[in-house]
Amino acid sequence: MKPILEVQNMTMDFGGLRAIDSVDLSIEKGQIVALIGPNGAGKTTFFNCITGIYTPTSGDIYIYPRGKEERLNGLKPNIVTKKGLARTFQNIRLFTSMTVLENVMIGCHAITKAGIMGAIFRGAATKAEERLIVKKSYGILEKIGLEKYVDELAINLPYGAQRRLEIARALATDPFLLLLDEPAAGMNPQETMELDELILKIRNREGISILLIEHDMKLVMSLSEKIYVVDYGKKIAEGTPEEIRNNPVVIKAYLGEEIDE
Amino acid sequence: MTAQNEIKKSILASLWFMFLTFPIMVIKVNTVTNSIEWRWHNMAIVGIGAFFLSMLWRYLLKRKEEGRKKDQSDGLSIVQRLLHERRFALPGLMIIGIFTLLFPHIFSMYQTNIMISALIFVVLGLGLNIVIGLAGLLVLGYAAFFAVGAYSYALLNLHYGIGFWIALPIGGIFAALFGILLGYPVLRLRGDYLAIVTLGFGEIIRLVLENWNEFSFGPSGIKNIPKPGFFGIEMSMHTTTIYIFYIVVVLVIFTIFVINRLKNSRIGRAWVALKDDEIASQAMGIDKAKTKLRAFALGATWAGMAGVVFASKTTFINPASFTLWESVIILCTVVLGGMGSIAGVIAGALLLILLPEYMRDFGQFRMITFGAVLILMMIFRPGGMIEDVRKTYKFEK
Ligand SMILES: Nc1ncnc2c1ncn2[C@@H]1O[C@H](COP(=O)(O)OP(=O)(O)OP(=O)(O)O)[C@@H](O)[C@H]1O
Ligand SMILES: [Mg+2]
Repeated sequence: MKPILEVQNMTMDFGGLRAIDSVDLSIEKGQIVALIGPNGAGKTTFFNCITGIYTPTSGDIYIYPRGKEERLNGLKPNIVTKKGLARTFQNIRLFTSMTVLENVMIGCHAITKAGIMGAIFRGAATKAEERLIVKKSYGILEKIGLEKYVDELAINLPYGAQRRLEIARALATDPFLLLLDEPAAGMNPQETMELDELILKIRNREGISILLIEHDMKLVMSLSEKIYVVDYGKKIAEGTPEEIRNNPVVIKAYLGEEIDE
Repeated sequence: MTAQNEIKKSILASLWFMFLTFPIMVIKVNTVTNSIEWRWHNMAIVGIGAFFLSMLWRYLLKRKEEGRKKDQSDGLSIVQRLLHERRFALPGLMIIGIFTLLFPHIFSMYQTNIMISALIFVVLGLGLNIVIGLAGLLVLGYAAFFAVGAYSYALLNLHYGIGFWIALPIGGIFAALFGILLGYPVLRLRGDYLAIVTLGFGEIIRLVLENWNEFSFGPSGIKNIPKPGFFGIEMSMHTTTIYIFYIVVVLVIFTIFVINRLKNSRIGRAWVALKDDEIASQAMGIDKAKTKLRAFALGATWAGMAGVVFASKTTFINPASFTLWESVIILCTVVLGGMGSIAGVIAGALLLILLPEYMRDFGQFRMITFGAVLILMMIFRPGGMIEDVRKTYKFEK
């Protein structure tokens, strides 16, 4: 099967620090893939490179929309989003002065197009577009289970709900690949379980592939079909949850930490 | 804390103030008799004043702390509730409308002229509100765009005889171009860095106007700028003033209409998103450069149009009308009124322009009052007089 995202030999340097060291990764359609590794291994940097926040020092990032190969290196983050990669942030970055609904509506920015003139004259096309944005955003909130908060300011939400709102916002961009950076961080076991269900639902119902960074091993092991392990910027292992669990190199990298549940 | 404690604190504050103001309030050198006057009664006034003000100050701080603990949702002020209640909003608007229509007929020319100035600042405040209140770009040299508009009209009229009505959109467009010109190099800057660069930009424009004699006639400015025409009909001084008043009113209404629409549009939301978090906005597909440039251009447009009206009202302009002080006043109207809130900015502009006009006796205290009011606002009502409320939407399920 052809991959939908392929990262080849990617390296990212910050001055003298090599945060990512020639890493390869590929994701197939509908797959849930996890990227794990100790703190400071370079996982978030990996996301930032793929989504255009950083331009990798070397290597290639390819996507294959409609079978055609496209290179993502050097594209601006907003263009990458338009191409169908959406992400959430490890340190929650919601639009704090906007309501929950508006946060999701912003996610629709990539797929709508009303300009200044459209805004001022508010013709039929703009009105229809606005209605569509509101309807779609509300639909997503319902799916994620946040509809009771629609008009609440995003900043007033409980922590777990804020993390879910990040996912809702990312879904509004109509992605084919969703990049989740530690979505379970700070959640209690109950919330984590719901998140597990939510991620599965997103994949199963919409066919959206998922790349997941997570420290919660239980979640990673139960969700992912393939796991990549990085340490000090290098890929040290790749395989099914079963293979990773028993890989001595991985166990050594996580020295002292419990891999299985 | 006990009452005793409070009094002790206030006494300390008052002693401190008496000490600080001693050299200027108490000692006075009489240059005629070459002797020193000791004005001890001043010290008493300072002491007592400081004592009570410090009491009041701490009382207000305490009240604010208590207010914060309450539920956020019922923190809406009376004005906000009125604005959101159709029952009150409609008659309220009608009364304001009728009052505005009758204003130049009820009040004197002098009052009307002051009102025109105030309304010009309403337009300026609303324009700057796009840049600062919505897009969160702290621009300090906003008066430069005002100058661009005013000089566009003055010079176009001088050299090509272009009239007010054609100059109005041209002034807006020129200012917008300058907005993009300024916006482009500062796309990466935020907050105080942006403020400093834009402050410099404002000063550059003023200095150019002041020194480039061949182009702008330097500090002596441009005279005899025609007032707006009405199908070539001759009008008396009085009628022209009334005419300009109505033009400004229409301009204000037009501004409110456009900004209100922009605010609740895809673009407006993108501005607020950028203000909240640039990286997340970009990850949501917002083009940072394009969106910011739009804010600069649209914000400047209103300053440009206000400039054209200003030039036609005063019939004489020179660089002294477009100094940093003007920029600061416009900024204050936005901050004081309520960032992002249209009603707030209007209230702020009217207050800041009209109050000093009617309290000319306090002229020398203007700066200090401005400063004090701003600091008080920052502490007690950081959202401004009329805080912005986000729009909510209805759903058909
Ligand atoms: N903008 C930057 N400039 C310089 N160094 C950076 C930058 N961003 C990340 N780094 C460094 O790169 C390394 C990898 O950081 P990264 O945030 O990707 O780790 P991580 O795997 O996401 O860790 P965690 O599990 O704690 O989130 C760290 O040593 C970090 O200090
Ligand atoms: Mg990280």
